[in-house]
Amino acid sequence: MAETGRTDPTIARPQAVQTTLTVNGVETKLKVAPWTTLLDALREHLDLTGTKKGCDHGQCGACTVLVDGRRVVSCLTLAVMKDGARVTTIEGLGKDGTLDPLQQAFIDHDAFQCGYCTPGQICSATGLIAEGHARTADEIRELMSGNICRCGAYPNIVAAIQQAMGQS
Amino acid sequence: MINFDYQRATNVAEAIRLIGGDPKARFIAGGTNLVDLMKSDVEKPSRLIDISRLPLNTIEATAGGGLRIGALVPNSDVAYHPLVAERYPLVASAILAGASAQLRNMASTGGNLLQRTRCPYFYDTATPCNKREPGSGCSALEGLNRGHAILGASTSCIAIHPSDMCVALIALDAKVHVAGPAGDRVIAFADFHRLPGNTPQHETNLAREEIITAIELPERGFARNHSYLKIRDRLSYAFALVSVAAALELEGGTIRQARLALGGVAHKPWRDNTAEASLRGKPADEASFRTAADILLRDAKGYAHNSFKIELARRAIIRTLSQAARGTPQSQSTKKIT
Repeated sequence: MAETGRTDPTIARPQAVQTTLTVNGVETKLKVAPWTTLLDALREHLDLTGTKKGCDHGQCGACTVLVDGRRVVSCLTLAVMKDGARVTTIEGLGKDGTLDPLQQAFIDHDAFQCGYCTPGQICSATGLIAEGHARTADEIRELMSGNICRCGAYPNIVAAIQQAMGQS
Repeated sequence: MINFDYQRATNVAEAIRLIGGDPKARFIAGGTNLVDLMKSDVEKPSRLIDISRLPLNTIEATAGGGLRIGALVPNSDVAYHPLVAERYPLVASAILAGASAQLRNMASTGGNLLQRTRCPYFYDTATPCNKREPGSGCSALEGLNRGHAILGASTSCIAIHPSDMCVALIALDAKVHVAGPAGDRVIAFADFHRLPGNTPQHETNLAREEIITAIELPERGFARNHSYLKIRDRLSYAFALVSVAAALELEGGTIRQARLALGGVAHKPWRDNTAEASLRGKPADEASFRTAADILLRDAKGYAHNSFKIELARRAIIRTLSQAARGTPQSQSTKKIT
């Protein structure tokens, strides 16, 4: 980045950085300021509002997406740092109008009430299944503890994930 | 979050050169702590130097029988690495006791050492905090200090270091490999973090222009007799009130080697050589463990809301050493404590 005559080193000019992300299989070029989180890039720049902003501090998991196949919280991820990465959001899970098995399992088990945490829960569970470290209900609960559900649908969320795990 | 510049470093030398050119620049790797602190205006760097793509992301066996973990390996990859799980299960267990799966996927090994305290006054820019604003005072001393230090604190700061992984690393005598403008050096884990004294803003002995390149584990991993027990307000995804890393080498029922370190109790991961020495040659029983706990906690001091941690720590030490001696380490998924 060019350094031209900045007098106050604590305040950078809002200079956008060209960033390429492959979002849900589509290569997308966008110009974002360095302080734009991946969450804000998805919601505000790409109109992918399925990913939810909850606490915005990495504590609730509502913003969970998959970056290069790994679940992360997009609110603590700077978009510029993920230049070249593959991002999967809740919008990218179903194929051709068919629900992903986890989405169907959440419906089958009534694994939500208000639904605000659900996109994060499902993206997180997608990562959990791919990681392959959870087998028992205890292990699912522990490895899903980064996703808060204030409606308290936890038992049904665990049941839904167990159903999807049985299919994968 | 204030505006800042962004540069991506492609090698360690470039990263060191870039940070040398801007006194208010900071390195960023996983970003799980730094971005959060920037959102709270606690950290206000002029520029972030992205080191996340430096080639420091491998785990390799060393010639000396140990393991070298690159500073950029994510916490989750360390915890689940076959060599870590097999030879250093104490490290794997401590990592899995901390944060959430998402954060462990993001957070780097080096960054785990450098995470800052979660003292609420450190985060609240409306209150005095000597760590955030040296000389402004410590709000926790007379404030809500339930989660604060019982060992090694000062009148300037009673904050704690929040890491779980670091408690295991100090117990195992890990080494911190560092690169900087003056070349490479190695810091013993026990010398890496600092007590607050009068300068709580200085949390480690790493210079601003230095970068952690790797963590080295020595050959002895105590894989047979170890346990990491974390006591917290929730069963998962919460910082420790008290955590204990214990590792033993036994011969019959006699302790030959002992390691004992605590988290959640001090400004640094807390290890006590005198308490460990008291265990050597003694039977692996509750009386020996209680003596070690009493020695470790001999100078413990509580504040208005956290004195309960002293007895909690004593019982947690005895329990964790018992788990280690039995060879039944604490499960981090089944929460029952036996």
